[in-house]
Amino acid sequence: MELLELLTWLIPVGPLAAFAVILLLTAKNRTLSFILAWAGIFIALVLSWIVSFNVFGDFLADGHAVAEEPVRVHSSVAWLPIGDYYGDPQGSAFAAAGDEAHGAEAGDHGAEEEGHHGEEAGHAVVPDETKSGTWFRMGVAVDPLTAVMLFMVPFAVFMIFIYSVGYHNFGAQPGKFLGIPNHGMEEPMFSRFFALMSLFGGAMLTLVVADNLLLLFVGWEIMGFCSYALIGFWYARDYDSPKRLSPRRAAVKAFMTTRIADVIMLLGIVFFYRTFGTLNFSAAFTPESFQNAIQATAFGAVGLGLMAMMLFSGAVGKSAQFPLHVWLPDAMEGPTPVSAVIHAAAMVSAGVYLLLRIFPLIAVALEAAPGFGWTIAFIGAFTALMSATIAVAQYDVKGVLAYSTISQLGFMVAAIGVGAYIAAAFHLITHAFFKALLFLCSGSVIHGMEHGAEHVHDHHSDPQDMRLMGGLKDKMPITFWAFLIGGMALSGFPIVTAGFWSKDEIFADAWYNFLEGSPVGLFVFIMLALSAFLTAFYTTRQLALTFAGKPRSPLAEHAHESNSYMTTPLVLLSIFAVAAGWFGIPDNFLGTDGIFYNYFHHFVGATLEESFHVLYELHLIPHEIFTLPFMIVPLVTSLVVALGGIYLGWVMYARKPLEEGQPDPMIGILTPALHNFLHNKWYWDELYQAVFVRPAVFFSEVIAYELVDRTLIDGILHLVARTIFGVGGYVRRFELAVFNDGIDWVKDRFLDLSREFRTFQSGKIQEYALLSVLIAFVFTAFIMLVNAGILNGILN
Amino acid sequence: MIPLSWYLLVAAALFCIGLYGILARRNAVAMLMAVELALNAVNINLVAFWRYGNPSQPVGVAWAIFVLTVAAAEAAVGLALIISIYRQRDSVIAEELDILKY
Repeated sequence: MELLELLTWLIPVGPLAAFAVILLLTAKNRTLSFILAWAGIFIALVLSWIVSFNVFGDFLADGHAVAEEPVRVHSSVAWLPIGDYYGDPQGSAFAAAGDEAHGAEAGDHGAEEEGHHGEEAGHAVVPDETKSGTWFRMGVAVDPLTAVMLFMVPFAVFMIFIYSVGYHNFGAQPGKFLGIPNHGMEEPMFSRFFALMSLFGGAMLTLVVADNLLLLFVGWEIMGFCSYALIGFWYARDYDSPKRLSPRRAAVKAFMTTRIADVIMLLGIVFFYRTFGTLNFSAAFTPESFQNAIQATAFGAVGLGLMAMMLFSGAVGKSAQFPLHVWLPDAMEGPTPVSAVIHAAAMVSAGVYLLLRIFPLIAVALEAAPGFGWTIAFIGAFTALMSATIAVAQYDVKGVLAYSTISQLGFMVAAIGVGAYIAAAFHLITHAFFKALLFLCSGSVIHGMEHGAEHVHDHHSDPQDMRLMGGLKDKMPITFWAFLIGGMALSGFPIVTAGFWSKDEIFADAWYNFLEGSPVGLFVFIMLALSAFLTAFYTTRQLALTFAGKPRSPLAEHAHESNSYMTTPLVLLSIFAVAAGWFGIPDNFLGTDGIFYNYFHHFVGATLEESFHVLYELHLIPHEIFTLPFMIVPLVTSLVVALGGIYLGWVMYARKPLEEGQPDPMIGILTPALHNFLHNKWYWDELYQAVFVRPAVFFSEVIAYELVDRTLIDGILHLVARTIFGVGGYVRRFELAVFNDGIDWVKDRFLDLSREFRTFQSGKIQEYALLSVLIAFVFTAFIMLVNAGILNGILN
Repeated sequence: MIPLSWYLLVAAALFCIGLYGILARRNAVAMLMAVELALNAVNINLVAFWRYGNPSQPVGVAWAIFVLTVAAAEAAVGLALIISIYRQRDSVIAEELDILKY
């Protein structure tokens, strides 16, 4: 095995091992636990960057070589022997059975193959490397897309790990209360937190390096579990307000919502395997494999589109897209580092990463029927705009960020809907950096506010409420500057920040799509432009409400800067939140030629360049990987919406900062009714409560429990029980009469008899003697009678 | 010469007296004496049959002497037992010695 392959295998091992060791051995020792967690993710970071930079180095050395062979590192082991339908040594579908691959025939073929494998099973205990078709292979693969993820994920997670130590007040007086936040005191479940976070990081890295859908799904589901455990980390916390979901309920909500998506995704994986005969990405997404798969499904390319939609459903749940977006805002109930890891580095990125990973399949779907493109683009664009409007009317500092996450994920999904693969990947990376930064900043703000709350002994005010903040600029300077950088990146502040470049690329792609005659492009362009405008606006609003003006509550009055565990990651992430964009400046920016080089575009584009070229020739996909011409409309649009939004926010909130007790000017502008509508998140939760939860509860309580369980099943069981009990009663009576009383009667008679007979045994010697004499007399008499012949007639 | 049957009648009478004594007497010593009577009745029979049978061979006399010896031994053992019982229970009434009953 090559060194790079080995290193790639080892990437997820560090955090996973840290999880196991912390959980099993060092849970009592908090210092050791967090150092282990740091070590685990740091090893992963080093290994990831070695692999990542190697691949990038290959690209710099020879871009064409990378394009021709995008999978730079690939290693797999024969994992599970399977009854493979096609039994092809290369494991690629239909290579052997290509011309007979129709549904019915595949079944016959499968039966035939089964017999063949049956013979083999006897001796083939050792994986036969030459016959990969009969083995499900698990492995890791690194292509340019993986490489950029490997660059981002472990770094962001490592920053969050550093931050978490400060966030949980390491070194302070130990907190006493399990399952609730111990403000200003050390988290009692410190080790458990780091164990779960390590598992989370390990799962994300597993997902990133996976070379097949199944291993990806494994990481995906482990993250699902970790998000559940970490959102519900403060499991004992309850709120007075019934409208606010407690962390444990939020955890269940997140888990259940994503579960709905995951079931559909799992079906999609099964469909995928059935159609392609492999789950390996590079094996499945070859032009030949696509051609065979199109023949194999009942609906041709549309069938593949349906498969893409099933997998897309998984991403909708994981990346919190409408209509399954409802779990993500409530996931804010977890500790802030958890929010950061869920919303930036892992979890939600995983959904978009899946879409990027299966992008060839989605591209085929886009070409097969316009409906697929519309569906993806509509879900993404609608989610982006909807959550942007919701974010405008939120007061919770994390709530705004939560909706902005959903909104930005909507950007990525919409980009995929118009086929803008690279733009989506680019936005995924830049967004991960600045959103991790923003979450950590908001955690720092909350931490400072909680400190203020401790100081003034106020346990009722919500330290996350932006109306109570204000004036934190001077009290928390590092946090302010980091927040400002992150916020500007999110707003898409022109030229400097990463967010500008990635959003601009999405706009450009959507616009180009429109110019080519596709109305989807225009729809996405307009929706995303509006969203971007709102994004810039609410980000400025958030910055102004939090940091500008004078403190609006004693909490903010006594807030102070967080410790260096927390501020160091902020500084480091700020650098990336700005600089990450500079690798994606378009080649022909402002019509120049040769000044800029879009490293990101060409590097990630190399992943699919060759195969897309062939697929495009075969008319299976709408576009090749291409470089967009310079267009002035999207550039102006992105400048206008970003600067316009920031300016509007500045006018409304920063020029004249809110005073204490002053209502949000937004309410006046939007009218209270609309503001309430937005503040209450379009009432999606209430709608789902009425449409899905209540009927489900009704169904489970009345129909499932009362009617089916209690009445039908219990009724049958009780009937059986009563019948058997009745029969048992008769058996019992019979048994009592015959076996009990009957046997007792016999016993009693014997007892009576023996009582009679025992009087012989009187112990009196003379009675014995008398008896002997009598018997002797009788015998004598008998013998005499016999001798006399008198008894002859009787005896004979 | 007195006929044999007379002796036999005497012996039978004596045996019956002994048997009656064994069965009817309450005192164990008296029962032992009655046993002696019954044994002696047997001796009379033995001697009488010898005298009227084949007097040249002294078989019957010898046997009678054996019986006497056995009777003596029996009386010795029996009396010893009775004394032992008496020491234990202050009684030689046979009816009362019934600890071997059911």
